[in-house]
Amino acid sequence: MRAHRSDTPNLARSALGFFRNIFGGGAEPASATGEAARIPRRSTGFNQFTRTILRPDGQKILDLGPTSSSNINFLTGLGHKAYNEDVLAAGNASRLVIPGTEEGSTTVDVARFLSEDLQYDPETFDAVLMWDVCDYLPEPLVKPVVERIYQITKPRGAMLAFFHTREAGVEAPYYRYHIKDENLLELQQGPHFQLKRTFQNRHVEGLFHDFNSIKFFLGKENIREVLLLR
Amino acid sequence: MDTYRADVAHIGKSVIIKGELSGSEDLFLDGEVEGNIDLHNHNLVIGPNGRVRANVHAKDVVVHGKVDGNITGVDKVELKKSAVLNGDINTQRIVIEDGAFFKGAIDIRKADAKAEPVRPAAQAAAATPVFSTPAASATVTTGIPEKK
Repeated sequence: MRAHRSDTPNLARSALGFFRNIFGGGAEPASATGEAARIPRRSTGFNQFTRTILRPDGQKILDLGPTSSSNINFLTGLGHKAYNEDVLAAGNASRLVIPGTEEGSTTVDVARFLSEDLQYDPETFDAVLMWDVCDYLPEPLVKPVVERIYQITKPRGAMLAFFHTREAGVEAPYYRYHIKDENLLELQQGPHFQLKRTFQNRHVEGLFHDFNSIKFFLGKENIREVLLLR
Repeated sequence: MDTYRADVAHIGKSVIIKGELSGSEDLFLDGEVEGNIDLHNHNLVIGPNGRVRANVHAKDVVVHGKVDGNITGVDKVELKKSAVLNGDINTQRIVIEDGAFFKGAIDIRKADAKAEPVRPAAQAAAATPVFSTPAASATVTTGIPEKK
């Protein structure tokens, strides 16, 4: 049975449009979907990251950002297996909010997060795209998430992380990162997350002290790019 | 709509199925299924009300609803913008609309090694994806080209 038929009567055209959407129809153009525009940005850090994952095929790459078809397309196009886990969405979920130690305060259930998210065998991944997750994660989750990522990354595995500089300001909007090619990223604003902190270089070095090497790249628009090797 | 229902098996949103669901015709599933779904060489659409807790195997799989389980699409898997998938995808081609939620792994399977042109990885990285839609589109498809 085929959903697409060229001899469909006119009266059935509207119904066919529905079926076409259901069975393999094309997507609406961006203007019709109301999605935010994408802003291109060259990235030296991502270029360097890509060089570390070119060979061999079949690597396992974990993307910690929101689901991006561009990223999946790029990674699988290299012959790799793409994993996706939106850590910020999970870490900011209301189900994780629990009462804090002080009256009326709240905190995040770290144990629950670690039991439900980032659940992979040790040394599973050849590389991790962390983007700027650390800047937007609730404070109690930052260190445990970095430790978990260290555990699930293979020795000599690469990780790319971005950090805002202080000049970015507390109102710096959250952007999704879409991979355009090995030199170019596209930034798309949203969903809304509040910038929780800005790290200085020594804080970044401290946070990732278990990693073997750390390399800083000065990015554009008050972003530092950091390439780490486990 | 009547034409569609005549050609495609339809499971409505009030239907709940527990167990093995298999068939040899295209299926539109808008209800709940817990178990396994195997349509062999036929297409499956999980409608916006569809709630699936099962491993899914079909030719083309289109997801509008929620799936907890692994999806094998022999030809193609499509996640629409309302889709929520917790599980792995194994297919030749994949389409993910902006807004879809996906947590899991994607393994792009090659249909026939002989059909795929050999090219260096660096070149592959720089090249325009084979199935990319125009930049303005919300969807990008990946995978290897179909044999002509």
